[in-house]
Amino acid sequence: MNHPEFCERGLAVRVALFITCVNDTLFPGTGRAVVSLLRRLGCEVEFPAAQTCCGQMHVNTGYQAEGVKLARHFGEVFAGYDAVVAPSGSCASMVREQYPRLARAAGVTLTVPKVYDLSEFLVDVLEVTDVGAYFPHRVTYHPTCHSLRGLRVGDKPTKLLEQVRGLELVPLPAADECCGFGGTFAVKNPAISSAMCADKVRNVMDTGAEVLCAADNSCLMHIGGTLKRQRTGVRVMHLAEILARTEADK
Amino acid sequence: MSRTFVGMPAFPRNATRAVQNSQLRYNLRKATHTIRGKRAAVVGELPDWAELRAAGKAIKDHTLRNLDTYLLQLEEAVTRAGGHVHWAADAAEANRIVTDLVRATGETSVVKVKSMATQEIGLNEHLAARGITAYETDLAELIVQLGDDLPSHILVPAIHRNRAEIREIFLSKMAEWGRPAPERLTDEPRALAEAARLHLRERFLSTKVAISGANFMIAETGTLVVLESEGNGRMCLTLPETLISVVGIEKLLPTWRDLEVFLQLLPRSSTGERMNPYTSMWTGAVDGQEFHLVLLDNGRTRVLADEVGRQALRCIRCSACLNVCPVYERAGGHAYGSVYPGPIGAILTPQLRGLGSELDRSLPYASSLCGACFDACPVAIDIPEVLVHLRAKARHARAERAGMRAAGWVFDRPERLARAQRLGSRFRRLVPRRLPGPLAAWTDTRDLPDIPATSFRDWWDKTDGGRR
Amino acid sequence: MTSPMIPPTRSSRDLILARVRAAVRGAPEVEIPRGYRTAAPGTDLVSLLAERLDDYRAQVHVVPEAEVPGAVAAALDRRGAARLVVPGGLPEEWRRAAAAGREIVRDDPPLRADELDRVDGVLTACAVAVAETGTIVLDSGPGQGRRALTLVPDYHLCVVRAAQIVAIVPEAVARLDPAAPQTWIAGPSATSDIELNRVEGVHGPRTLEVIIAS
Ligand code: SF4
Repeated sequence: MNHPEFCERGLAVRVALFITCVNDTLFPGTGRAVVSLLRRLGCEVEFPAAQTCCGQMHVNTGYQAEGVKLARHFGEVFAGYDAVVAPSGSCASMVREQYPRLARAAGVTLTVPKVYDLSEFLVDVLEVTDVGAYFPHRVTYHPTCHSLRGLRVGDKPTKLLEQVRGLELVPLPAADECCGFGGTFAVKNPAISSAMCADKVRNVMDTGAEVLCAADNSCLMHIGGTLKRQRTGVRVMHLAEILARTEADK
Repeated sequence: MSRTFVGMPAFPRNATRAVQNSQLRYNLRKATHTIRGKRAAVVGELPDWAELRAAGKAIKDHTLRNLDTYLLQLEEAVTRAGGHVHWAADAAEANRIVTDLVRATGETSVVKVKSMATQEIGLNEHLAARGITAYETDLAELIVQLGDDLPSHILVPAIHRNRAEIREIFLSKMAEWGRPAPERLTDEPRALAEAARLHLRERFLSTKVAISGANFMIAETGTLVVLESEGNGRMCLTLPETLISVVGIEKLLPTWRDLEVFLQLLPRSSTGERMNPYTSMWTGAVDGQEFHLVLLDNGRTRVLADEVGRQALRCIRCSACLNVCPVYERAGGHAYGSVYPGPIGAILTPQLRGLGSELDRSLPYASSLCGACFDACPVAIDIPEVLVHLRAKARHARAERAGMRAAGWVFDRPERLARAQRLGSRFRRLVPRRLPGPLAAWTDTRDLPDIPATSFRDWWDKTDGGRR
Repeated sequence: MTSPMIPPTRSSRDLILARVRAAVRGAPEVEIPRGYRTAAPGTDLVSLLAERLDDYRAQVHVVPEAEVPGAVAAALDRRGAARLVVPGGLPEEWRRAAAAGREIVRDDPPLRADELDRVDGVLTACAVAVAETGTIVLDSGPGQGRRALTLVPDYHLCVVRAAQIVAIVPEAVARLDPAAPQTWIAGPSATSDIELNRVEGVHGPRTLEVIIAS
């Protein structure tokens, strides 16, 4: 299925998928969803096989040298692409926001490929909000810190969700508050991290949603792990997985 | 205040204890959420907030770049206006200077305006050991002093106390320090404020020496500026015969005009008011008063030398970053083991004190890097950037270092990553529900995700990206 | 934490300056963008000031210039202030209105703090007022007295003339002389120290009453 607006503009965009190491290893379903969604919208998706990790964990935990090494590798792998799409707000913001800082702090030069978070790519580059998705469920959306305050994606993800047929979007109270994941923060400061997550989970439960959606599986792994431990019955789903669903998947 | 932060354990341990204290969490949550809303409203009211913020940041950066010039200009202006300027390279020297100045007056008691700099150097304790009593006059500082407690917030040092606790402290402790609390004191904020008024009034009218800090110093004119709410600052700044102001060297602004920016940024960010009730400005010795300015380095020049870290010196101590911080809200100020708590403390304390202690090394990690502090900061200090920068400087635990190095090795080559993923998939059924060692911190409250049978890259390989 | 590079015999002044210079060596110069408002024309200054002062619990009256003496007398009557301190340089009609039936204390020679503590209130003019922030600035000029005068008495009655009101903070800063000791006042004394709720009335005057002469 091709999206009408998109066809009118007659574009065929070549995009490189940066799957991210977490999705690659733990959430391949999200990657498959991105691929099918982008193809449906007329994109040609490539997967540069040499990719590994953007270096976020190393840099944010204080391992600058390893981080620089991974950032260099990332630059080499993705330098040739006009657009790189990553289904992770924090990895996209790592490249776009943090590579320049990392370069400054470490006194090195780094290539900063043009990386988009999925919602940015859809709304800003492809200029679509209705991606032809169908998902008849009550959903609430957690915007995640790095998408919100790093990439400043604003309401792009919710604009996309609002156009999904059958989907009832319920606002999440205190949505802009951090869920407490923070990478290694979750294990270095487990008490605070868990307390933050407990509040997030309470807010999710208050919405009565069946599904908690976000554009970052790291945060979802954290919140979802707590939702599951507490046997709440609320599922977590990446934005791509909802947007990829169509009536054919019924 | 006889308690000190010295020798406290690392942040995670302090925070764990704090998070279990439900009264503390309730107090903090209520207070920080109240102020958050107020700040957002008055900041939203200004059409040019972004421009003010950009100007504030640049003025501070410009000042820091030329700090030597402006310090000399300030010294000259203050001296010309009849004030005396002293330079203190560290806490010990500042304490010595102040003690000598107080002794020279022959007095044995002083009134104090809330000041972060004097807390940083432990001035009250130093004076007490030399027979000089320092009376804190800011309501929250009074609560902390009477309660033999430690401050836990920059603006509201007693934020961890609710009204009932404050009433208890007043009833049991005021008599030791001066006029006792009224017998039938209620926990109404109005009644508590009135009790403080009565307790301190006589002291204001009779004490001959005051010690203050300052929010800003103007190099061009030699003017000092103190923003406050209660009027205790005005009492201390105007009534005593001798005024001693201890001020960090980074508090400078080049020109009088620069106040037009900071008098808008500070009150709105700090108490969430369009303007704080009182702002005092004075230049040199006025109204017959003797005036001493003690310029304090105490590690600031070391912070200045760090290209990334020096932006922390732009801080105007508004506390907006504390009030929006989810970690501060749950850990409380004491967990940071310093007079500077919250996000700004997490980047300032380890820079001022160095990364020598376990506590100070743990502070840069006391953040999920959510970025709320950066957004709120009126001088645009990129706190997450400095946190990450300091993490890179701190020594790491050996086991962690090994783990991170191994991860780095795996990520170095896609084949290694693919092999590791296949290994994980093969043994995926064997992953226990509760992990051992430091990773137990995850599984204590959270389930692990299921490891998939095939990684994304293997799926792409096998299916030609789903086309087969 | 003396730096090993610098001989310890030097004064702390030289030491600090040397440390500063070493620390910023090679740092780039910084341009200051001043894109913020420096004036806000078109503001209804009198009513905005009145509204903003009222927001912070000051009592506010707007009267025509000619009615200021009457408003002063009425305010003092309502307050029941019998002994009043009045600084030099206050317009004669205001002073006379205040003096009618009341004892006027002069601050010449300067009163001691405990003497100031025994008056019922103080009547002053002001230097500048900022409408947007509800702020009144005293700069120790005519009719304002030294800073202690408006601090110790529990009641402060202040008269603001329309021409003294500016819209925003930068305009006020431009009008003021830094050499003069100043007090910027936005509402009565207040504290937010108890659970971050604002409570009016701590050490400064607990009541601020403002007459705006329009
Ligand atoms: S770092 Fe910024 S937000 Fe935090 S206290 Fe300092 S100036 Fe305020």
